[in-house]
Amino acid sequence: MTDPAAEKKNGVVRLSELLGERVYAMVIDLGAIFTLFTQVVSSVLRPPSEIRNIVKQMEEVGIRSMPVVLVTATFTGMVLALQSYSGFQRFGATSFVGSVVALSITRELGPVFAGLMVSGRVGASMAAELGTMKVTEQIDALVTLATNPVKYLVVPRVVAATLVLPVLVVFADLLGIVGGYFVSVHLLGANPYVYIAKTYQYLEFKDIYTGLVKASVFGMLIALISCHHGFVAEGGAEGVGRATTRAVVASSMMVLISDYFMTSFMF
Amino acid sequence: MIAIHGLSKSFGKKVVLDGLDLTVPKGKNTVVIGGSGTGKSVLIKCAVGLLRPDAGEILIDGQDIIRMDERELVRVRRRFGMLFQGAALFDSMDVGENVAFVLRRLKMYPERQIREVVEEKLSMVGLRDIQRLMPAELSGGMKKRVGLARAIASEPDILLYDEPTTGLDPIMADVINDLIVSLRETIGVTSITITHDMASAYKIADHIAMLYKGKIIEVGTPEEIRTTSNPVVAQFVQGRAHGPITEESEEFVRFVSR
Repeated sequence: MTDPAAEKKNGVVRLSELLGERVYAMVIDLGAIFTLFTQVVSSVLRPPSEIRNIVKQMEEVGIRSMPVVLVTATFTGMVLALQSYSGFQRFGATSFVGSVVALSITRELGPVFAGLMVSGRVGASMAAELGTMKVTEQIDALVTLATNPVKYLVVPRVVAATLVLPVLVVFADLLGIVGGYFVSVHLLGANPYVYIAKTYQYLEFKDIYTGLVKASVFGMLIALISCHHGFVAEGGAEGVGRATTRAVVASSMMVLISDYFMTSFMF
Repeated sequence: MIAIHGLSKSFGKKVVLDGLDLTVPKGKNTVVIGGSGTGKSVLIKCAVGLLRPDAGEILIDGQDIIRMDERELVRVRRRFGMLFQGAALFDSMDVGENVAFVLRRLKMYPERQIREVVEEKLSMVGLRDIQRLMPAELSGGMKKRVGLARAIASEPDILLYDEPTTGLDPIMADVINDLIVSLRETIGVTSITITHDMASAYKIADHIAMLYKGKIIEVGTPEEIRTTSNPVVAQFVQGRAHGPITEESEEFVRFVSR
């Protein structure tokens, strides 16, 4: 090819082109996700009711994710106790281990780790399922059967994830704190009464509910992003694979990014 | 009656439909033939409102569906049934739930009658006692028939067939052809079929229209199409490798390999 513009391009131009393309694609994605959000909001209360699908999705997002979230939370609490104990030993503040574990788990680690685990488990399965439906024309079939695919497929997933993630986090918080207690009291020899007292002493109700609000937002974002990537999948099995990867990466990143902004806004 | 005027649709720089005109008479089956990738699927996806064309009008009994908003479209779509190329059965549901989907969605029958209605629809496509099977357990021909039962479940008056015989063995293809003919005769639906299977086209068509380069270049009865004087149509229906359709690419090949 003798396109003069193509020959003249040097590294800097090509790099900024590549960057520009990426940013452009990201902005397009964000716009589409926001549009999807408005469609979900506007159709959530319209009949027919999707309650049956919502319950089914709550089972999928909630109960099926419970084991992995609980294991993650328990070990996070345990390692947190271990680390802060050895750190606090240096300045003789080991009695504060209980407070540190309780505050870190409820404010940050419970919601964020639950969000990340759900991104991986549920985000992937949503993107793969919707992507497969897209490439096999099942979504087109829904439309011809007088059904709005956003209402039938996306609304139940978004509603279920938004409602269920806080519930998961309640259990994650609990087991994280129990894990920290177990390590401190039974392995590091802390006094159980002091530990429990310190856990309660600095823990406020606000620490817990802000964590639950965060979890709710994470759930909504994960479901929206994953459904979006499933909906735009094209090109057979390979396309579905790509959509799944994108959904997991984008929703995990979004969990961490939105976490920062919510934290700075809440405290 | 469906009347399509000046329909245009492009994807990026690629012009797929370029001012297409087509009239589909009521109660008749119009078969649109054309090579792969010439925009046949785009045409019927525009007709049912799955794709928005760039220009033109699609009149369903005088109502232009292109200018409709989403809510009106939903109402008009209830008159449509569509059989997809890969049947597009919902693979998370069994056969009975697939066929009953639109009945439950639109609450057309009370729940206790649904099983019976579904069995009746399935018998119309020559199937019975398979309501409990999952789509993954069905053969290609059975999937198509279940897809057809699902498409006719809400008693539409317009049926769209996207390559109904593609990927089936000749006998199963003929079974589907017979079904399409008998559905037209028994329930009097208006239908558009897109296909490149000429045996099927001759058998099921009242009219055949040839789509080439984004336009309908000839419409006629099967007999007229078979004996056409248009060299492009003749090459396609006779399935010859050499002729005006392939000439351009042949020249290109010759030019490149020189």
